[in-house]
Amino acid sequence: MQFGKEEKVPTSKLLAVQYAILALFLLLAFGLWRLQVMKSDQYQLAAQANRIRTIPILAPRGKILDREGRIIVDNYPSFSALLLREQPQELDAKIPKIANGLHISADEIRVLLRRYASRPKYEPVVIKPDITPDEVAFIEANKSEIPELETIMVHRRLYPKDGFAAHLIGYVGEVSEDDLNRPQFELYNQGDIVGKSGVEQEYNDILIGKNGERRSLVDSHGKEVGRLSHTPAVPGEQLKLTMDLDIQIAAEEALDGYKGAIIAMDPRTGDILAMVSRPTFDPNHFAVRISRDEWNALVTDPGHPLLNKAIQAQLAPGSTFKIIMSVAGWQEKIAQTMNVHCNGGATFYGRRFGCWVKGGHGSVDLTKAIYQSCDVFFYTLAEKLGIERIAHYAQALGLGQKTGIDLPQEATGVMPSEEWKIRNFKQKWFAGETISVGIGQGAVATTPVQLMRAIAAISMDGKMVTPHVVDPIELPKGYVPVRQAPELKNVDIEPEGWNLITDAMSRVLLPEGTAPSAHIPGIDIAGKTGSAQVVSLDTRAKHSNNAAFAQNGWFVGFTPRRTPEIIVVVLFEGGEHGKLAARIATQVVKAYVDKQRRQGIKTAGLEPGKKQFEMAGLWTAPGDAKDADSTERLQGGRFDVKLSPKPPKAAKGVQFAHVPAALAAGVAH
Amino acid sequence: MAKQGSFRDFDWVLLGFVMAISALGVLQIYSATISTKFAEGNIYVKQIEWLIAGMVLMFAISRIDYHIFLEYIHWVYLASIGSLLAVAVIGVRLLGAKRWIRVPGLGLFQPSEWVKIVLIIALARYIASLNQRDVTWPDIFKAGLIAGVPFLLVVKQPDLGTSLTYLPALILGLFLGGINYKQVGVIVLCIALVLPVAWKFGMKQYQKDRLTNFLHPENDPKGTGYQIQQSLIAVGNGGIFGKGVAGGTQTQGMFLPVTHTDFIFAAFAEEHGFVGATAVLLLYFIVLMRLIQNAQTAPDRAGTLIIMGVVAVLVFHIMVNIGMVVGMMPVTGIPLPLMSYGGSSVLFMFLALGIVMNIRMRRFVN
Repeated sequence: MQFGKEEKVPTSKLLAVQYAILALFLLLAFGLWRLQVMKSDQYQLAAQANRIRTIPILAPRGKILDREGRIIVDNYPSFSALLLREQPQELDAKIPKIANGLHISADEIRVLLRRYASRPKYEPVVIKPDITPDEVAFIEANKSEIPELETIMVHRRLYPKDGFAAHLIGYVGEVSEDDLNRPQFELYNQGDIVGKSGVEQEYNDILIGKNGERRSLVDSHGKEVGRLSHTPAVPGEQLKLTMDLDIQIAAEEALDGYKGAIIAMDPRTGDILAMVSRPTFDPNHFAVRISRDEWNALVTDPGHPLLNKAIQAQLAPGSTFKIIMSVAGWQEKIAQTMNVHCNGGATFYGRRFGCWVKGGHGSVDLTKAIYQSCDVFFYTLAEKLGIERIAHYAQALGLGQKTGIDLPQEATGVMPSEEWKIRNFKQKWFAGETISVGIGQGAVATTPVQLMRAIAAISMDGKMVTPHVVDPIELPKGYVPVRQAPELKNVDIEPEGWNLITDAMSRVLLPEGTAPSAHIPGIDIAGKTGSAQVVSLDTRAKHSNNAAFAQNGWFVGFTPRRTPEIIVVVLFEGGEHGKLAARIATQVVKAYVDKQRRQGIKTAGLEPGKKQFEMAGLWTAPGDAKDADSTERLQGGRFDVKLSPKPPKAAKGVQFAHVPAALAAGVAH
Repeated sequence: MAKQGSFRDFDWVLLGFVMAISALGVLQIYSATISTKFAEGNIYVKQIEWLIAGMVLMFAISRIDYHIFLEYIHWVYLASIGSLLAVAVIGVRLLGAKRWIRVPGLGLFQPSEWVKIVLIIALARYIASLNQRDVTWPDIFKAGLIAGVPFLLVVKQPDLGTSLTYLPALILGLFLGGINYKQVGVIVLCIALVLPVAWKFGMKQYQKDRLTNFLHPENDPKGTGYQIQQSLIAVGNGGIFGKGVAGGTQTQGMFLPVTHTDFIFAAFAEEHGFVGATAVLLLYFIVLMRLIQNAQTAPDRAGTLIIMGVVAVLVFHIMVNIGMVVGMMPVTGIPLPLMSYGGSSVLFMFLALGIVMNIRMRRFVN
């Protein structure tokens, strides 16, 4: 073959090729320009995000204390296993190993990952909360092989055991996806722990801390190659309740084994001293993930353990309502001179209404009507007053309205009136309905807290308070409460009427009263028993007068009679008669009185600013952290705080910080 | 005049620019692997060894008159087809593709790399033999057959990326050989008709995905989409002046895939920025222009066509590789000549350069 004889390739074609190459190279240069000059900022951010890993440092929630500073709710450290999902392509193969090491199923991990698939990649997933030391060791040992696994220290809630004060305190849990969509949760992230009920929910903003974070540099395998920054977590603030642990313990024990609710309150201030609802639940089970079975059991339990009956049960107040009737009757100047002959029943509007004492009470005036709880007297009074005047006083005392207590989901209750009937049933009020309202039946439904507040106002001669579990003065500055306390308007009660009614109430626990068995010598309790049908508002229509429902027992009582310091309401579900509720209530009152007597007056100062002398009782002031007896920590859920201080040992003397030894010895016996 | 030609006529300028690019490649391989598992293997040293071997090969090839290659190319061509068939029959399957033959004592050998240079010479010989008369349809068909047989054999391996590198030499050869616009029009029309069918029936889903993912890398964040995404981030992260040698977080953090081979330009662009990347483009452009100049001064038509075949393959590699790195082309696994790590790639380049030098040294023969 001969080469070189043929014509050459035309130069024009080679030139064309050169221009074509130039064009292609300019295109590539433009590609570089676009990425490196025009959009460089964007890609530099992406490169940063690629290699910076953020691990949150979780803030512990604030402790919850009782009114004397004793710890009710604490935290304990626990480790959670975190899975980082930044390199999903490498993760799949490691899932079986992770599942094995953490003792969970591989499917569980995959389901979890799918659930978080729509969340940003840099957000880690908690794949197992509360892991064991073995599992922590597994993660640490496999750091280089499975860099996607991290541990995180979590401060878990430690609640008192066995549901002590569970409804008051509430519980915490992961913020739900529904909540995250609400505006007030815009600052929260998936997986954040928030209060779900009770004080935990109401004061979540105070208790919740601010999470910190640790930012570190990682390579594409998620291996940490350097630290960037460390922002420490800000712990939540502690919250002091008005609850008194000693009273709470007495209330818990008094209601143990029964169903119902107890509230103790200082009627002067509205401080809730104790709040119990039974049956109860153990909030510790919510502190880690609660199992579906356990949750279902709680939700379907006919006793409604998750319901805080103290503020959520809406029931007929029964005869306790007669105190409100008495006030209405007195203020309307009907009850003063009223005298009724009770022969076991009376007929109104063509229907016979029976008295609970079948044989009748004979001649009854207001005082006797109260301590004997005569139905006929109050039927008659109700007929004379009419529903509008009854409703006026009952509403003035707060019935049929939320009390505004600082706890979530308080129920409203019902105080019927003509207007209420028309609005809800499109029907006129029948005069006959007024008669049963007179003894706290019919359409009347109150929550325990509502009823207690009404009686508290009467005990205080008309002074209305808003019950609260946290003293508003104790709240941190700048904190905006979840709910505004409603405006209060005192109720006028003539002193003479007040005296008569409260005197009559103090005879309820005397031999002539309805609950003599609840009497405790030396304590002057003014109260009122009640019993009412167990029919909630919803089922009222269907089950009216169904004997299959045991009656609820009620008792509301306070002490001392003229200068009340504590008022206790007891709802004893299925308790049949108020005297059983009264016995429960008096145990709580006794705990309070005993404590007051032990403490006595602690200091007596001659002049303000001058030296004060401590006189008797407990030497250290309540809430003083140095006092080992009164600041018993509730670690591990124990709540057997000693009610009586240790008897001081005479030989050693008592160690009192700033009191001369001679004076201390003088009172030690 | 001696038929040998002398080293005085050797294109030292071209070699200088080629070595400059190779040196940048070595530097980048060093920087890219400094913090990876390859660091211990010192693969940049291996690359230098390959380059030295390539230079030796280049000088050796330049001593042999390229007309001898042209003379016997049909036998070599047949041998190449034979080797590709051997791959199909007794080839070694790795990573799902049958591309290699095990040569006892030497290890794995990938014939499709060498077919490239054989094909360039074979096509040059055939097109030169047409002697500048108008290219007829049978001519086009025969040229198409010369490239088409190895093309299909390699497609079957499957190795779409390498097989595509066979086509630019054919296209450029036909263009320089004197194909007219009418024929171009008919061919383009035929391809336009065949392509959708081939797309539908001839290609596997993963191949289609690879070819389309570059348009929407976010659709496939785990596979090739992830690679493109990381590559774009690396290039963009470089900015105008780059992050400095061994300073690219995408490269050093191993977010960028295969930083020392297919994505070496992304690593370079991250560490040296727009300024460095365009400088490399300029170096390549100079090399290509110098090659075309050599093609122009070649003693005969076949020499011109050989050099232009090399230019075509080179341009194709650069376009596809850098195009992939900047997100304008799909991920095909085609290395960047002279920069990417790899013996086959280096040896091919220097073999081709040896033939180019060879042709240049004989420019005054007649």
